[in-house]
Amino acid sequence: MVVATASLAGCSSTGGKRAEEARQQAASGKANVTTPRWKFAMVTHSGDGDTYWDIVQSGAKQAAAKDNIEFLYSHDKEAGRQAQLVQTAIDKKVDGLIVTLAKPDAMKKVVKKAVKAGIPVITINSGQEVSQDFGALTHIGQDETLAGEAVGRELNERGKKKALCVLHEQGNVGHEQRCDGIEKTFDGKVEDLYVDGTNMPGVQSSVEAKLQSDKKVDSVVTLGAPFAATAAEAKKDSGSDAEIDTFDLNAKVAAGLKDGTIGFAVDQQPYLQGYQAVDLLWLYRYNADMLGGGKPVLTGPQILTKKDAGKLEELTKRGTR
Amino acid sequence: MTATTDPGKPDYDEPGDGRQQQDPPSPAAAGDRLVHRPLPVRLLRRPELGAVVGALALFVFFACVADSFLRASSLSTVLYFSSTIGIMAVPVALLMIGGEFDLSTGVMVTSSALISSMFSYQMTANTWVGVGVSLLVTLGIGFFNGFMLTRTKLPSFIITLATFLMLTGLNLGLTKVISGTVTTKTISDMEGFDSARAVFASTLTLGSVHIQITVLWWLLLVAVATWILLRTSAGNWIFAVGGGVDAARAVGVPVARTKIGLYLGVAFAAWISGQHLLFNYDTVQSGEGVGNELIYIAAAVIGGCLLTGGYGSAIGAAVGAFIFGMANKGIIYAQWNPDWFKFFLGAMLLLATLLNAWIRKRAEATR
Repeated sequence: MVVATASLAGCSSTGGKRAEEARQQAASGKANVTTPRWKFAMVTHSGDGDTYWDIVQSGAKQAAAKDNIEFLYSHDKEAGRQAQLVQTAIDKKVDGLIVTLAKPDAMKKVVKKAVKAGIPVITINSGQEVSQDFGALTHIGQDETLAGEAVGRELNERGKKKALCVLHEQGNVGHEQRCDGIEKTFDGKVEDLYVDGTNMPGVQSSVEAKLQSDKKVDSVVTLGAPFAATAAEAKKDSGSDAEIDTFDLNAKVAAGLKDGTIGFAVDQQPYLQGYQAVDLLWLYRYNADMLGGGKPVLTGPQILTKKDAGKLEELTKRGTR
Repeated sequence: MTATTDPGKPDYDEPGDGRQQQDPPSPAAAGDRLVHRPLPVRLLRRPELGAVVGALALFVFFACVADSFLRASSLSTVLYFSSTIGIMAVPVALLMIGGEFDLSTGVMVTSSALISSMFSYQMTANTWVGVGVSLLVTLGIGFFNGFMLTRTKLPSFIITLATFLMLTGLNLGLTKVISGTVTTKTISDMEGFDSARAVFASTLTLGSVHIQITVLWWLLLVAVATWILLRTSAGNWIFAVGGGVDAARAVGVPVARTKIGLYLGVAFAAWISGQHLLFNYDTVQSGEGVGNELIYIAAAVIGGCLLTGGYGSAIGAAVGAFIFGMANKGIIYAQWNPDWFKFFLGAMLLLATLLNAWIRKRAEATR
C-alpha cells in the first residue's frame, strides 16, 4: 500500500520515457537485397561517447540492415591505435573498409596495405586531401574550411561585426580550419576562445567572462552542438545580446533554433556520411559503381535556420540528425 | 578547539614543518604549548594563510591588468566557476588530510547526474525521485571506494583509479544502452524539474548582482567541513589517520570508519555537483568530467593541504578553488592571446603556490 502510494506520488505525468514511446519510433528496415552477407568495417578517430559519431554509426547501421551487411565498428582517438584497429580489420579479411583520416600520416601505411590486400576503401569525414593518394575509392565528408567560409558569409548577411569562435578541443586541425574559414569570408573581426570541452560549467563561465569583457562581440560560434546551449546560458547571464550560432546539430540546438535562442546551425549530416559510405561500398561490390568522379562527395555545409527547426526537432530526438 | 590529549591531533600552534608530531610531546614542547601567543602570530600559523595571501595577490593583479575584472557581474562569474570546483575541493581536502586520494571524483559527478536524469526519464518519475536514487547510488560508490580501501589496504591511488576507469566505462556504456545515444534525453518538461532546478541551479539576484546558488552550497560545505575538522572528535580522527594510521589506531581512532566516512563525504559533494550539472544544462554528456579530479586535488593543495596527509584545512581548499577560478577567468578578462591560455594558467598557479609556500615558511620562522 505504502509502496503503491509512493510510486504514484513519484510519477511524472509529463515528458520522460512514456512520452517518447508515444512518439513515433525511428524506422528500422529489413534486408531487401539478394547479395551475400558481406562484412564491412568502419574505423574512426572518435573519442569515447561522442554524440557526432553516434549518429554516423546509426546511419551506417541503417544502410547495413538494408543491404544485408555485417557491420563492424571500432574507434580510437589516438592515431597509432586507430591504425592498429585498421590492421585487425585487414586480418579479419573484411569485404570493405570505411576509415577516417584525422591524422593522415599515421594512417598512411596501413590504409595502403588494406588497398593492396584488395579491400575497397572509402574515407569519410576527414582526410579529403590525401584520400586519393592513399588509394581510397572516394571521400565522403565536409570540407571544414568551406564550412567555415559558409558561416562567415551567413554572419555577413546577418550584419554581424565581431564573432567569437569557441574551440572546445585544443589542437584539433578541423576546428582550426573552421575558425580560419570564418575569418576568410567574414567582413568583421573573429576572435578565438579555447575552453575545456569536458567541463560544462567551465565552458559556460569562460564564454560569460569573454562576453562581459568584450561588449563588441555580437555573435558566438560554437564548434560542437552541446556547447551551443551552454553558450546561450552564458549569454543570458552576461546580459550580452550576441547571437549564438553553431556547427553541428542535436535536439537542443533544434529546439534553440525554434525558439530563437540559436541563430543558425551548420550541419554536415553525420547520418548521411555513415549511411552513404556503407551503401556506396555495397554498390561498388554489387555493381562496381562509385560516386564523386575523383572529387570528394560533400555532405555539408548545410545552413539550418528557424524555418527548418520544426522538422529537425523530431529527427534529432530519434538520433538520426 | 576541543580539549584533547590525543597526540595525533595536530595543533596549529604546534611547531615543525606543518605536519603533526607522532611522538608524545616532550616536556619542552608541552611547555611551549602553554605560551599565549598574540592573534597575528596565531593567524600566521593557519594552513590557509599562504593561500589567502596568494588569492589577494592574484586578485589585485587582475584588478590592475583587466579592466572588466572588478565589475560585480564579472566577479559573480568567477565565483560561479570557483564554486563548481570548490564544492568538490572541500571534501577532497578533508580526504587528503585523512591521508587518501580519490581519482574518481571527476567522473563520479557525471555518474551522479546521469543516474538522476536517466532514472527519472526511464521510469517517467518525478525528477525528485531520480535525485534521491542518485544520492543513494553515489553514496554507494563512495562507500565502495572506502570499503575496498580499508579492506584490501591497497593504496587509494590504485583503488580509486580503478573506480575512475570503471565509472568512465559505465557512464558511457549504460547511457548508450539505456538512452540509445551518448547524451541523456531532456527532462526539463517533467514534473519536479523546476523545483529541483531552484535548489541546485538557480540564480539569486541581490540588487544588480547575480549569484549562482552553487556559491551558497560551496560556502555551506566549507562551514560544515570546518566545523567537523575543528570542533568535533571526527575532526581529530581525520587528522590522526592522516598523520599516521598505526599511531591513530593505537590511541583508539576508528580508522576504517573515518576513512569510509571521508569517501562518503566526497560522494555527497559529487551528488550536489552532479545535480547542478543536470539541472543547469538539462541534458548530460556521458563523456564529461574526465580530468576534473586533478583540478579538485590541485585546489586542495594550492589551499595548503599536504599530499602526504595530516595537514590542511577546508577554508584553504575553498581559497584554492577561488585562486584557480580567478586565474582561469582572469586571463580571459585580461584578453590575453588565447593560444597561450594553458601556459598562463599554469604559470599563475605556480606563482600563487610558490608565494603560498614562501609565506608558510616565513610564518614558521617567526615561531
